[in-house]
Amino acid sequence: MSKSEKGNGEEKGKVYLADLDTVAEEAKQMLMKGTIGKMVDWANAFSLWPVHLMTSCCGCEIGAAWGPRFDNERYGSLPWVSPRQTNLIIVEGTVTKKMACSVRITWDQMPYPKFAVAMGACSLDGGIFYNSYNIVRPWQVIPIDVYIPGCPPRPEAVSRAIIELQKLLRNKSIASKWITESKREDMKNIIPKEDLCGWRGEKVDLHTRFT
Amino acid sequence: MVGGEKKLISIQDSLKNVLKDNIISIEQAKGYIDVLVPTDKLVDSAKKLKEFGFDHVKSVTAVDYIAKKQFKITYHISSYLNEELSKYIIGLSTIINRDDPHLPSLSKIWVSAEFQEREVYEFFGIIFDDHPDLRLLLLTPVVAALKPLRKDFVVKEESDNIEVDYAAYNATKWW
Amino acid sequence: MASNISSGSVPHLPGMEVTELSKNTYEVYIGPAHPGSGHMRIIVEVDGDVMVRVDPDIGFVHRTMEKLAEGRDWIKNIPLFERMAILDACNITLPYVEAVERLLGTEPPDRARYLRTLLCEINRIASHLYGMGIFGVFLGHSTLYMWAFGDREVFIDLAEQMTGARLTHSYPVFGGVRRDIPDDFPENARKATKYMRNRLNEYAKIFLNNPNIRSRLENVGIMSKNLATELGIVGPNLRASGVRYDVRLNEPYEAYGDVEFEIPVFEEGDSLARAWARVEEIRQSLNIIEQAVDWLEKHPRENFMHEKFWKTAPKLYKDVFSGQIDYAGKYRVKLMPLFASLKVPPGKAFARVEAGRGEMVYYVESDGEDVPYRVRVVSPSFRNVIAFKYLMPGHRLMDLPAIYGSFDYFPPEWDR
Repeated sequence: MSKSEKGNGEEKGKVYLADLDTVAEEAKQMLMKGTIGKMVDWANAFSLWPVHLMTSCCGCEIGAAWGPRFDNERYGSLPWVSPRQTNLIIVEGTVTKKMACSVRITWDQMPYPKFAVAMGACSLDGGIFYNSYNIVRPWQVIPIDVYIPGCPPRPEAVSRAIIELQKLLRNKSIASKWITESKREDMKNIIPKEDLCGWRGEKVDLHTRFT
Repeated sequence: MVGGEKKLISIQDSLKNVLKDNIISIEQAKGYIDVLVPTDKLVDSAKKLKEFGFDHVKSVTAVDYIAKKQFKITYHISSYLNEELSKYIIGLSTIINRDDPHLPSLSKIWVSAEFQEREVYEFFGIIFDDHPDLRLLLLTPVVAALKPLRKDFVVKEESDNIEVDYAAYNATKWW
Repeated sequence: MASNISSGSVPHLPGMEVTELSKNTYEVYIGPAHPGSGHMRIIVEVDGDVMVRVDPDIGFVHRTMEKLAEGRDWIKNIPLFERMAILDACNITLPYVEAVERLLGTEPPDRARYLRTLLCEINRIASHLYGMGIFGVFLGHSTLYMWAFGDREVFIDLAEQMTGARLTHSYPVFGGVRRDIPDDFPENARKATKYMRNRLNEYAKIFLNNPNIRSRLENVGIMSKNLATELGIVGPNLRASGVRYDVRLNEPYEAYGDVEFEIPVFEEGDSLARAWARVEEIRQSLNIIEQAVDWLEKHPRENFMHEKFWKTAPKLYKDVFSGQIDYAGKYRVKLMPLFASLKVPPGKAFARVEAGRGEMVYYVESDGEDVPYRVRVVSPSFRNVIAFKYLMPGHRLMDLPAIYGSFDYFPPEWDR
């Protein structure tokens, strides 16, 4: 039994084992180098839960992809209602200027490690609505990992995207790196939130715990 | 068909009987009957048509004739409860000036026109007097200030050079 | 997301907004990310648990189709307008094609009319099943969601055999349709209708006669006949309130004048009647599909495109399209060349059609150019939104999903 390194406020009859924060830090660094990191990645890869945010017409194929014929739940993903308990956003189709604010707020409410998949031709370069004055590219709003071309992509393509995301996660160890490094450098070339949501004129505190 | 033409002629006659002097012109377009009335007689004509049996508005359309400097607004109306009249669609139209577009709102007479008049207001900049709730419906305030569906708002074509496009795109504060 | 805190000191929490308006009312934002996954926002003022004022805030999916249509050729607007209600694709583009045909003065031949009717009814069934699936998600009945989406695949399969695409068919074109049906199609269609008839009885057992669902839906959101007419409601919502109005009956288009079917009309006007109206319409659509398939089998394969467009096509196109070449995959055949440079004579046209959700209306104005001058689209969900403002106040907050789901509202259709 060792005394605390800070050594403050020692009372008579009490024994201090260790400073919990430093011990936890050291244990984390030690264990992540072994197989625990791979287990964390494996667990994250098979529980990618998308949030219920339908942005446009590709939502019909999402509904079919998690339906009985093209069952996506066998990959461990379950569409769930609350952003605070999910870790995947599927941006289906076109993101308009009014919806960009809501996508960004939902993204910020989700805890790390989180991922995003952009679906459809509209997310790549506007799709069939090219030249429109009211749409925005999804990569300017949230950072995206996987793109799926098609208009609309078949539900098998959506399953393939989930599998590619799983491979990406496990090869690059994104989930375990979040635990060791506590940050993810991904919000570099993104439009800041005050610009996206400024037109609303609301007195909402737009900062969340994770920004 | 002869029977069909007889029916059409009789509906035009009934409209002339109902609206009397309000009509400027009445013509048979493909699929509806276009009735042109002056703007100050619009509310009066609408009341008379509603008493006659036309009880809902299907669509409120504004067309921008930029060469003649006019807007033409058409209310397509029809009937649910009256079996005879439900086969016909009447287009109650009026022409207003393009520089200062105002016209009286018909939402007090036909409630079904309320949201559609709001949409015409935000896309064309046409003000409906006496509308109970005239504000934006579909667009953000920045985009609505451009008055998108007017003919002098030209859609910007994307060029082959993506770098130039995105630099210009990010430079304009579109929010 | 919703935020509702009792009065007194209003805490400051990140990401939430609470405004105290008058003495007892609070404002609740049911935002675009909600469990029912429909992208519109409803701003509700509640007094305790009762809704006082409801304001729909829409426009989250506005993709500016009317403006884009003014800059593209006539034939290119068909896939553009299809993206409005992608699961009902034939019904959504049919009035546009009809309006332009009236301006051109061409009428489709008989076989094309029956083919269009057939695809319209298949799409109507798929659209109603989608609506019921989403209604199940709203009420927390995920079994209905799974069953509806599974049965919908049967009809999407039929549509894929007919047109080649799951959802975006682009099947009706000016003057006719794009291709004819394959030889084994009538047999598959009959199997599908027989299967669906048995399933409809099971839907009644688990959903419509289920005591839990009935207690949530019965006498909720009652819309009287006069209110429905005043507000201009369309579709099965109107027929569940006692008004006998259906475009297929009042102004028959395509082949609806020749087939026999009934229009189900209910008197109660509550959410349960609206759900029943959809189920009964599916039953009638199955009858129409069988009659159309019988007619198509009896009559020989003849023209499915108007002469004006058919005679400009090269011989290879004609052979492939009429099914006379066995393995047509090795020939590259596109649409008739006349479509690309089509100039429509000037005029104004108006056309209406009964889509899955209600009456769909187009106003097309042409200048004589090869692009339209003005296209105005009024979709059925557009005309149903006003019901939220006038029907919901007076109900409790938890009745909002029951009423919202029973209207079968589809935001991309309204927002265009």
